[in-house]
Amino acid sequence: MATKGPVGARGPAGSSRGGNSRFAQFKLVLLGESAVGKSSLVLRFVKDQFDDYRESTIGAAFLTQTISLDDQTTVKFEIWDTAGQERYKSLAPMYYRNANCAVVVYDITQASSLDKAKQWIKELQRQANENIIIALAGNKLDLVTDQPDKRAITTADAEAYARESGLLFFETSAKTSENVRELFTAIAKKLPLDQAGPRNPRSGGRGGVELRPENTSTQGAGNTCAC
Amino acid sequence: MDDIAPEYDAIVLGTGLTECILSGVLSVKGQKVLHIDKNDHYGGEAASVNIEALFKKYGNYTKGEEPWKKYGRVNDWNIDLVPKLLMSSGELTNILVSTDVTRYLEFRQVAGSYVQQGSGPKATVAKVPSDAGEALRSSLMGIFEKRRMKSFIEWVGTFNVDDSTSHKGLNINTTTMKDVYDKFGLEIGTRDFIGHAMALYTTDSYITEQGKAPETIERIKLYGNSVARYGKSPYIYPLYGLGELPQGFARLSAIYGGTYMLNTSIDEVQYDGAKAVGISATMHDRGGDSEPMKFTTKAKKILGDPSYFPGKVQVVGHVLKAICILNHPLAGTDNSDSAQLIIPQSQVGRKNDIYIAVVSSAHNVCPKGYYIAIVSTISETSANHHLELAPGFERLGRIEEKFMGPPIPLYEPLESGANDNIFISKSYDATSHFETTTDDVKEIYHRAEGHELVVEGLREGTNLVGGE
Repeated sequence: MATKGPVGARGPAGSSRGGNSRFAQFKLVLLGESAVGKSSLVLRFVKDQFDDYRESTIGAAFLTQTISLDDQTTVKFEIWDTAGQERYKSLAPMYYRNANCAVVVYDITQASSLDKAKQWIKELQRQANENIIIALAGNKLDLVTDQPDKRAITTADAEAYARESGLLFFETSAKTSENVRELFTAIAKKLPLDQAGPRNPRSGGRGGVELRPENTSTQGAGNTCAC
Repeated sequence: MDDIAPEYDAIVLGTGLTECILSGVLSVKGQKVLHIDKNDHYGGEAASVNIEALFKKYGNYTKGEEPWKKYGRVNDWNIDLVPKLLMSSGELTNILVSTDVTRYLEFRQVAGSYVQQGSGPKATVAKVPSDAGEALRSSLMGIFEKRRMKSFIEWVGTFNVDDSTSHKGLNINTTTMKDVYDKFGLEIGTRDFIGHAMALYTTDSYITEQGKAPETIERIKLYGNSVARYGKSPYIYPLYGLGELPQGFARLSAIYGGTYMLNTSIDEVQYDGAKAVGISATMHDRGGDSEPMKFTTKAKKILGDPSYFPGKVQVVGHVLKAICILNHPLAGTDNSDSAQLIIPQSQVGRKNDIYIAVVSSAHNVCPKGYYIAIVSTISETSANHHLELAPGFERLGRIEEKFMGPPIPLYEPLESGANDNIFISKSYDATSHFETTTDDVKEIYHRAEGHELVVEGLREGTNLVGGE
């Protein structure tokens, strides 16, 4: 178990300033067709691992990773993977809710996967936060390094689409780790750190509660969330 | 599109809370689950909908008009179809914690729990006391009655069903709550709010039933412990509405390998003799740009809500419910952003209590300045349902919009599932909380699996591929 906070904790979600340092937490969601490498990208980013024969996502559906932008600024991503619920178009609205940023992944060797990515981007623009930051990632760059003819989508085409739609754009390889860190760093830089609210700006404060096992909760009243 | 497996351990039909908890639990325990809903959204009867969907569901507007437009952004509204709250020390909270579904949800307290005394112009609304100190300050009782209530509450705190020295000389297994109340000399009005606003019984039948005292005392304890947990009221509520709960458990199920298909109709349940062994179904494309996908698959068992098995359920009652949009808090609740108000049946000449549940923008279920109040009760007549809810409407003051349909039938399965391999849930009942829902979850689990569901440590020892 990596980076597991207290049960149900949202931590000091949002930004806090201690002295000159800044810490901000954001919700990031992944979208894209099955088998384009969504989970592999996250696994590379969070654990610096890669597994050639990775099965469809079971389990790794809630990971966190921090990025230090400079000495003073730390961004923490709370990463939600689809857990396979994208497969039959059955993602729950809960998944997009309050996402600050999204990585929409396609496979540069599968032309249809970019079409699918475009559909997800439309859906995000319709359903998610108005100010969501979206990055388009063309994954499996390693496959075309030795065999350029395997490429089905040119860099120029995807880049042009991303520019038109106001998206960040990277071609990545979860296998070799090329551009993976760059992708997440670029998102972190684009996030509005100063207004980094908790995942939902109106929550927190009065009345928020943190659920935890009863025997560990303090006696009596006053167990209110610090966020 | 990926292939659907030829066989599943369980097929679950409907994504209401009961079904989603069961789906999550079965997946965590390693079963292969296919979870289907005929609707294009999660939650079934327990969904939360936006205000446009609510107008369209009830149809109370002139065609061509778009009355929802005056209520701000449609998606800022998450209106519950079933009015319930979570007891903070209740079993649903335990299940949320033991499954870690708390990670996907945020909760807030409900600001207050209130009870009405009297009726008509003389009706008063007061906070329900939860401990001995509050009993002494309560406006619900006179000075001597407060002392009696204090000693009753203190006794409840020390009561242990297995320790006869804590039973005050009563034979607890045969005694009635009337005997207990008599022992403490409690007045009728006090009995009313203890039984209805603390023990949360919806009728008075618990008073005279023999051996009902231990259960009643446990319910009062649950109320007291729930208040003690966070302070203001025994209730908590998820931000963005109750519809988040089934989604959270669906996500849990998916994380452990559950497959989800919405917008999928069941064409046929297949039988081998008396036993259900599989389904044939059709998944419809939401955008309508691809062909419906027909498929057949087998299952060791089928679980589902009553709407999937109309021939295998019976109606056991009807709930009346009106969803009201207000632009002010409930009178008498200290301008609380949320509240539960119980109108005990005897106060207004009924057999069943009237409940009012109020939530607001503090729970991200509506834009600032609005309140959503749901008035509900169990139907006692065959007509004039509006009149049955009238004492509740009186409490609301000015109402901006009122959504009220015909009485809602409550279903229960006719059989246990032992014969046909089909395990059907009950409808969400008229109680104000989820305790009966989690009872149903446990009962269905027991019927289907043949052993008790142990909630504690549900996820311990389970291996996740990527870790968390």
